[in-house]
This record gives sequence, structure tokens and C-alpha cells, in this order.
Amino acid sequence: MAENGKILYCNCAHAKVVPDEVKEAVLDGLCESGLEWQAVSDLCEMVARRDPALRQLHGGGPLKVAACYPRAVKWLFGSAGVPLDPAQTQICNMREESAEQVLSQLTHLELTPNVPEGAGKAPREIVDEAEDSR
Amino acid sequence: MSLTQTTALQVILFEGEPATPFTPDERKSLFRQILGRGFSIRRTSQPEAVSVDQRVQSLVVGRFHGQSPAHPGLPESGQNLVFLDVSDQPAANLADCVTGRAAELQTERQHFDHKSWKPWFPVIDYDRCTNCMQCLSFCLFGVYGVSDIQQIQVQNHDNCKTNCPACSRVCPEAAIMFPKYKAGPINGEIVNDSEIQREKMKVDISSLLGGDIYSLLRDRSDRAKSRFSKERDSSKALTERQKCLVKLQKDADIPPEVLMSLPSPEEIQRRAAEASAKAEAAIQANRQRQAANPDPE
Repeated sequence: MAENGKILYCNCAHAKVVPDEVKEAVLDGLCESGLEWQAVSDLCEMVARRDPALRQLHGGGPLKVAACYPRAVKWLFGSAGVPLDPAQTQICNMREESAEQVLSQLTHLELTPNVPEGAGKAPREIVDEAEDSR
Repeated sequence: MSLTQTTALQVILFEGEPATPFTPDERKSLFRQILGRGFSIRRTSQPEAVSVDQRVQSLVVGRFHGQSPAHPGLPESGQNLVFLDVSDQPAANLADCVTGRAAELQTERQHFDHKSWKPWFPVIDYDRCTNCMQCLSFCLFGVYGVSDIQQIQVQNHDNCKTNCPACSRVCPEAAIMFPKYKAGPINGEIVNDSEIQREKMKVDISSLLGGDIYSLLRDRSDRAKSRFSKERDSSKALTERQKCLVKLQKDADIPPEVLMSLPSPEEIQRRAAEASAKAEAAIQANRQRQAANPDPE
């Protein structure tokens, strides 16, 4: 992982949509890697609670996220008012990719941005921007 | 306690000076158990990564051997920063010790009980959303609302009915996702053109059902009531209602428990009218806003 970059892992605690074997293997791999990283129990839950820790998770700079579909992750963050930086974010999809593929991407030095393109903005982003400009 | 009336608790595994690092197996056990209790957990060796935020409480865990991690950037222990020295804990007790302390803090500060609610709610893809308000009109449970600038948004996440993706079916642009849903594009998969056509075909749920959805529910329920009064057989009335709902369940993938828990037909009508009025008001406000500020393009 690039210097100063962050790794975020979502344990998707409340559903069986991410294969357990993938989640477990990615978790183990990160524990063995010696990298600095963060794990959350369930990203959806944090968004619903507007958990203030989301801002810390985000925080700017390169970010790799191990979770689910990039479109869903993009708008989970967007709806929480902490839009992902498309140029500095890579989302690994544990629903579709193997644990080996996900771990390889997370631990690789290079970051390959893959947040879906689009100019849409969630209301909370717009509100936050308005507040920032005051 | 509402979803948003809570502060957050995170556990930080501190492995920098003067702490002794955990072994990979200890880390695995700690991450698993702490995540299993619903908390966030972070591994770091950098004191500056331990920050104080009034809204986030941090439990900093390490083998500190009685010493505080000395660093000018590291804040002192306080209400939002609690240190836990686990130097004396054998590996076998480590996870229990940490989760126990986290649970104590959760109780003391009334942190959110993670097991009390399955996070099931719609997530709007604003790259696709056209602000048509179909979802607002459709939802009977007040999940949707509009922002100050009349943009559709999810306002009451916990009003959403678990495992019910019905509103995503009425979205003509496939802009509504449920990340925990089994299939695409509702789960967040990329939307392709054929799926758009398929979703558009599902927009008119009333035609799918051969009539207005709410009228159908009301009529069937009335018939069921009538039969109930004549026959005094509650099980027949229930069967009738179930039959009525089977098609809706199949076409929109709505869980039977959600359909069976719908309010009375009168209440359904009242809520539907209320939701439609909200949507219409938002559409009108948007038209007025656009008329006042026409798009230069």
C-alpha cells in the first residue's frame, strides 16, 4: 500500500452476501501483513447512524476499501456526506473477487482508482459544500 | 434510542513504542472478536494516528508494560480516550479482556447496540437519479424525504422494512440500491441497458397487478372482512389476504412478513396519499426553482 495510504475493511456483519471464506481470508491476510489498517463491523450500519468515525475513515489521501460493489460503496460514503475521492480510491469487491485478488490489490503499493464516474451529488454533500463555503 | 443519537466507539490496537507488538494470531483473534461485537478496530504503530474526536471514543489497547506511549502528539487519557494495558494478559484471555472493556464503555456511554438493527435501507445512486419522486410516492413507511433543495434523500433509514427491495423496483432508472440484496443491479452491480428496460417495465406496479395496488389491497381486505363477518372464520380471511399478496410478493420480491404486517387498508390509503402529496410538492417546488433559475445549458 502506498505510503500514507489507508486500508479499510468492511466485515458486512449483518448479511451473508459476502462469502465467509473470502472475508475470513482477507482478514487473516491483513492481520499477517503487518500493515496499518482499519476494520469496521458494517459500513452500511455506520452510514445509517451517520457515525462520526466515517469522517476519520475517509480523511483524505489514498484509500483502498475492501467491501462490495464500487457503485454501492461510492454512494454509501456519498450519502453520509463524505464523498470518496475518485482519483485516490480503489474499491475491492469481496462479493465478486477471490480473497487472493482482494489481498493482492490491498497490499500492492500502487493504487488503481476505480470509483464509478459520474457527476451526481448526494444532498448531504451539497449541504456540506455550502457550509464549507460560508 | 434513535440511530443517530449515539456516539461511536472504536478500538485501536497500538503497536508502536513503547508497546510490544501483538502476534499475527493475537491480531486475528482480536479483530474477529471485536468486529463480532460490532465495534470498529484499527491497527497502528503511529501515536499521531490516535486522535481525539468529541464524537468518537477510542479504546487504545496495547502491551504498554506500565508505560504510557510517550509522544508529543498523543493525547492523554480522558473521557474520549481510554487506554487498556494488556501486558499481563495471556494470549488466550486477550480478546475477552478487550471486548469486555469495550462492552463496559458501550454501556457507560450508551453507544449504539449493534445487534439491535439489521442495516437494511436504500442507497441512492445520484449519478442515475432523476429526482422523479417515484420512490417517495411509493414508500408507505416514510423512509424517503426531500432535502432543503427538494432533492430526494433517505431520511429515516430504520423505517425501512428488512429485506424488502420494493422501492428499487419502481425506480425507472435503477438508481436505488440495497447493498445487502442478493442480485444486481439492486445490490450495486453496474446497470446495463437491458436491465434498465427490465426495471422500466416494472415501474407500473399497478398494471403488474391488474389494477391500483392500494385499491387492490383494500378490496381484497374488504372482501376478507366480509367473509370473516359471515363465516366467523378468521383463518379464511387470512388465507384470502395471503393469496392477494402472493403476486405482489413474487413480482416485487417483498418478504411475506412485510406484506402481512401492512397497516389497515384505510391507513395504507392515508399514508399513500401523504407520500404522494409530499412527492407532488417536491416536484412543484423543483419546477418553480428551475423556472426561476433556468439551466444555462
